[in-house]
Amino acid sequence: MTTLERSDTELSRLLLQRRVEEFLCFEADILDDWKLDEWLALFTDDATYVVPSTDDPSADPGNSLVLIDDDRQRLHWRVERLKSRRAHREYPWSRTRRFITNVRVLSASDDEVVARASFVVYRFRAGHADQFVGRYLHTLIPAGDSFRISARRAELDQERLSPNGAVSMIL
Amino acid sequence: MHAETYIVDQPENSIFRVNRATMTSPEILAKEWDTIFSLNWLYVGHESELAQVGEYRRRTVGGRPVFFVRGKDNVARAFHNTCPHRGALICRQDQGVASIFQCFYHAWSFDTEGNLVGLPDEAGYGPNFDRAERALVEVPRLEQYRGFYFVNFDREAVDLRTYLADAKEYLDLVADQSLTGRMKIVKGVQSYSMRANWKLLVENSIDGYHALPTHQTYFNYLQGIGGMAAAAAPTPDGQLAPRGRGGVALGNGHAVVDGRAPWGRPVARWAPSLGEAAKGEIEEIREQLIQKYGREWGLRIAETDRNLFIYPNLIINDIMAITVRTFTPVRPDYMEVTAYELAPEEETGERLHRRLRNFLEFLGPGGLATPDDVEALESCQLGFGSGGVTWNDISRGIHRQALGSDELQMRTFWRQWNAQMTGTPATRWDDGPTAPREPATAGSRQ
Repeated sequence: MTTLERSDTELSRLLLQRRVEEFLCFEADILDDWKLDEWLALFTDDATYVVPSTDDPSADPGNSLVLIDDDRQRLHWRVERLKSRRAHREYPWSRTRRFITNVRVLSASDDEVVARASFVVYRFRAGHADQFVGRYLHTLIPAGDSFRISARRAELDQERLSPNGAVSMIL
Repeated sequence: MHAETYIVDQPENSIFRVNRATMTSPEILAKEWDTIFSLNWLYVGHESELAQVGEYRRRTVGGRPVFFVRGKDNVARAFHNTCPHRGALICRQDQGVASIFQCFYHAWSFDTEGNLVGLPDEAGYGPNFDRAERALVEVPRLEQYRGFYFVNFDREAVDLRTYLADAKEYLDLVADQSLTGRMKIVKGVQSYSMRANWKLLVENSIDGYHALPTHQTYFNYLQGIGGMAAAAAPTPDGQLAPRGRGGVALGNGHAVVDGRAPWGRPVARWAPSLGEAAKGEIEEIREQLIQKYGREWGLRIAETDRNLFIYPNLIINDIMAITVRTFTPVRPDYMEVTAYELAPEEETGERLHRRLRNFLEFLGPGGLATPDDVEALESCQLGFGSGGVTWNDISRGIHRQALGSDELQMRTFWRQWNAQMTGTPATRWDDGPTAPREPATAGSRQ
C-alpha cells in the first residue's frame, strides 16, 4: 500500500494550477457580464490579444493575416467601440456563455506563467446561436494573489468562421 | 417569388431601382448559377501562390470545387476537382506542393499536368481503355492579368483582357505597388460568412455613402490615436496630390471608387496610425514610386485609394491595406466569403507586420469595421423579409458626375447583372448622356 506523499513541490504546483483556473473563470465571468473596463484593466501595458485565422491556428501575426492582432492601444479602442452603442453587431450586446476547461500550466516561473485551456463560447443574438470552439494560450504575470495578462491568444478549431460571420465580441 | 422586372433604370427621371426579389428568390439564385457564375471570369488565385513547380491551391470557384496548380512544365492549370474515374475529390488539402495527385478511392494517380500516370491493375480494363481519355479535366479557360488568375467555365467567353476592360488600369495601380514588380498573397486566409444575399456585399464593398454613419467607431479610433490623414492636404513636398475620380464605371459591370480617404496607406501615405517610426520609410517609398513611374502614376499609386470591383464577385480594395475578397452564394440569404491580403513581395519583417496591423484596424471579421458591415447586410436581408417595400433605391448621384459616395458603382453592377439575367446585352454601364448634369461638389468626402 502506498501513501499519498505530500511534497511541497506538488502542493505548490496544485496551488498554482488552482489559481490559474480561478483566474480564467473570473476572466470568463467578467466577459460574459460585459464588464469590459474591468477586463481591460487585467492587461499589462505591453499586452497583446491575438485571434489567428481559421486556416492556421499556429500562425504568427507578424507575417500572416490573422483575425485580430491587438496591442494594448488597439485593445483599448476595441473596448471603447464595444461600449459605444455603435458597434452595430454588438448593440444590443449579445449574450455569451464561456466554458473553460482542460486548463494546463505549461510553464511557470516567478515572473511568468503560461497556461493553455480549451473553450466553448456560445453567443446568442438576433435569433441565432453561434459557437466558437478553440483553445486559449495565456501568458500571465503574477500580481499579488492573482495575475495580469501579458499575452492572450484564442485559437479557433473551426475551419471557417461560418456561420458566425464575425468575431464581434471579445473571444 | 419571381420578379417580373429586376431593375428600373431611368436616368432621365433620376430613377434607379432594384427589385428586392433579386436577393430573396431561390429561382433567381438558380438562374445566377447558370448565367452569372457560369459565363463570367471568376477569380481563382494569384501567381504568387503557385511560386514553385507542383505548388497548388484548392479553391471553390462559382460554387464548384477546383484546384489550381503549377505543372512540371511550369504552366499554371486549373482542374475540376473530381476523379475522371468515379468522381472523388482528387485534391483534398487546401494547399501544398505535390508531384503526384493520387485519388484515395481507387488509387489512380495524376501528374501535375493532369496526365493519368498510374492505376492499379490496368490490365483489368478492356483493349479500348485509353489513359489519355481519363486525364484530369481542366476548367475550360484559365487566364491571368498582372498575376491575377481567373477561370471561366464558358469555353466561348471573350478573353480576360477584353473582359476586364477599363478595370485593367486599376489592377495596374495595384500591381505596380511593388518596386521589384512582384506582388504576393500573404499567408493566412480569412474565411467567413454572412447571412445575406451575395449581391449585398458587391454593393457594400463599393459604397462610400455608408462609411461615416456605419463605421463611426473606426473613425473615432483613427481620430483618437493621432488624427486622420488630411484628405485634401498638400503632400509633403507641398503639391496637391490627385484627388481621385469618384465613382467610375469601368465597363462590363466593373466599377471603382477612386478617391482619397483619411487612413494611412503602407504604400505610401503616412498617417499617425502607422506610427511615427514608419514616417520616413513610407515617404521614401513614395519617392521611389515617383522615380520609378513618374510623378502622375507614382502619386496615384501612393496617395489615392481604390475600392475596385471586378464583376461579378471579386473585390480588390486598395485602402489601408490591399484586400482581395471573393464571395459565393450558398442560399439566397447566405454567402461564404474568402479574403486574402496582397502586399509587395519586398515587404518583410516589421514592414509587413505594419501592413498586416493596418489591415486589421478596419478589415476582416475581427476588424474594427467589417463586423458592422456583416451586421448591416444581415439586417438588410432580414428587412427584405418584412415585405411591403418592393424596390431598393440606388439612384444616389444619378443626376451628376458621380462622387465616391454616390451609387453609380452599384448601378454599373446591376446593369450588367440585369443584362445577363435577361439575355439582353447592356448598351452602357454609366448613367448615359440623358441624365441631367450638375458638377460634383468640391471637397466632398468619399
